[in-house]
Amino acid sequence: MTALSSSPSSMPSSITSKLQPLDLGDGVVGAGFLGTRAVFALGSREIVLAGETVERVAAHNGAILSVSSDARRILTGGDDGRVVATAGDGSTQTLFEQKGRWIDQVAAGPDGSVAFSVGKTAHFQPLKGERRTLDLPSTVGGLAFAPKGTRLAIAHYGGATLWFPNAQAKPEVLAWKGSHRGVLWHPDGRFVITTMQEPALHGWRLADGANMRMSGYPARVNFMSFTSGGRFLATSGSNEAILWPFATKEGPMGKQPTMLAPRDMRVSCVAAHPKDEVFACGYDDGLVLLVRVSDGAEILARAPAGGPVSALAWRADGGALAIGTQEGVGGLIVL
Amino acid sequence: MPETSSAKIPVTVLTGYLGAGKTTLLNRILSEPHGKKFAVVVNEFGEIGIDNDLVVGADEEVFEMNNGCICCTVRGDLIRIIDGLLRRKDDFDGIIVETTGLADPAPVAQTFFVDEMVGAKTTLDAVVTVADAKWLKDRLKDAPEAKNQIAFADVILLNKTDLVSEDELKDVEMRIRAINPFARIHRTQRSEIAIDKVLGQGAFDLDRITAIDPDFLEGGHKHFHDEEMQSVSFASEQPLDPDKFFPWIQELTQREGPNILRSKGILAFKNDPERFVFQGVHMILDGDHQRPWRADEAKTSRIVFIGRHLDRKALEQGFLSCAA
Repeated sequence: MTALSSSPSSMPSSITSKLQPLDLGDGVVGAGFLGTRAVFALGSREIVLAGETVERVAAHNGAILSVSSDARRILTGGDDGRVVATAGDGSTQTLFEQKGRWIDQVAAGPDGSVAFSVGKTAHFQPLKGERRTLDLPSTVGGLAFAPKGTRLAIAHYGGATLWFPNAQAKPEVLAWKGSHRGVLWHPDGRFVITTMQEPALHGWRLADGANMRMSGYPARVNFMSFTSGGRFLATSGSNEAILWPFATKEGPMGKQPTMLAPRDMRVSCVAAHPKDEVFACGYDDGLVLLVRVSDGAEILARAPAGGPVSALAWRADGGALAIGTQEGVGGLIVL
Repeated sequence: MPETSSAKIPVTVLTGYLGAGKTTLLNRILSEPHGKKFAVVVNEFGEIGIDNDLVVGADEEVFEMNNGCICCTVRGDLIRIIDGLLRRKDDFDGIIVETTGLADPAPVAQTFFVDEMVGAKTTLDAVVTVADAKWLKDRLKDAPEAKNQIAFADVILLNKTDLVSEDELKDVEMRIRAINPFARIHRTQRSEIAIDKVLGQGAFDLDRITAIDPDFLEGGHKHFHDEEMQSVSFASEQPLDPDKFFPWIQELTQREGPNILRSKGILAFKNDPERFVFQGVHMILDGDHQRPWRADEAKTSRIVFIGRHLDRKALEQGFLSCAA
């Protein structure tokens, strides 16, 4: 990460020579890291583990619909009705199966617990103990664990629901009209943000339930990611990365977002670096930039190819980046 | 055709009131030896005895967009399902969406215009409505959904024709025509029909909006009037002024959108060598230049509305006042 933390004048303009290109063979649904190996989940049932060698694992009997990962495993939900955990050694374990249904969402919990959804039902499986379920008013659009503990945010039509699966308390409903898809917690748990069917984000400040509407995008926002420390929320959906300020307890209300890395091409995917205030920004033509928030400095990480960037993932120490595209090519950059 | 549009996956929407014969038609489409594979989106798994990996259950979740407009609705479950199906797009040639007998086809059609991802990767081919020749007339009286399905159709299978006389058949066809003179009607028994009369219709394809015949209503065919739902069509030999037409159609559909189910037009604008085609579902409009006018064709602008309580005179005056 020396290149990123040095001054702009000394930064190389490109790190494309460090890119190990990967021909993955099918559209990339999600990516992560297991140890030093980059992991790619493909639309067509396979998981590819890429490091010094490349290994392919047939994790599902159909399309992979959703992906979540932690340091120990990558969780995938498929249209074969299965939730599968794949470990760094390529071994797989089926955690749940319901034939004839789709596993629309999966989320890896901080303590080894797992959440997933089947239609209108959210499931929570603790590391040890009984699985619990919650029925929602409409299909689950997104699932996310709170940064600490086992509280879950569940996005759906008409808002989001906050659920403590281990408590008797009634789930708390955060109402806002429209269809909510992705959901994300602020790193310190003060805010919950959803991406919406229309080109906008919605947020709630949990302290007082205040609504935050973040709009103005030309297209739907498919990716959002908090920068290290949670000062900015980087988002796709425009011809530049849109970063909403979350440094104060008010959040972005009444403030303008920062706009970085403009191009004549839609930003399709963003992923914030885990340690520095830097993010990876992928575009519809397959180009990837690393962008530093403080001064907008850009480094070219990948030249255009292979359709829209559909997955970006940093290794937990920030020392490597996995890139996947809709047309099934990608790469691994070790910095 | 440009590469991008031919690469889109065609979607056929099957609709029809309860018991009309939708599922029979679906089974026929899937079991005919046409060499094509379909992903099928259904509400009920029960009746479908087909051996197909790609049968997906739908919830018919209709979403209002967050713009406060009651008729700008989309099917949220379809967006999710199509997104998921596209991950294995090499596994099939087309998608068939079977709606429930009580469903309004508009949110399905609007999904293909409103959702960017869905619109970029799929194309709505046609709304195919199965109608029961014996009971349709009754349903048109007591079930607004049945009327919507007829009004919305591009292709109508007038099914169970063996249960009624020829006179009754003609009568029910005229009632259909009073609502929707533009759909292609096929008489069928047990939903038996050649697959190429149902699939590959291109009815929502801007390049293929050709089924607009403004003389149809003037030829004395219309023996019935539907007091509630009707279609109106107008033609103009005068070239139109785009600066008049677009504000007019936008204002009209914003105001009357809930009543206008479908609209279509082929337009000749002044000093514009190309045909402009548009279509709409309620308030949602889609339009583009199609191709140059041919030397041998009259540059006639034609426009059609199918809807409820349409003010024919006001619509005609509005359209004609768009002349350049």
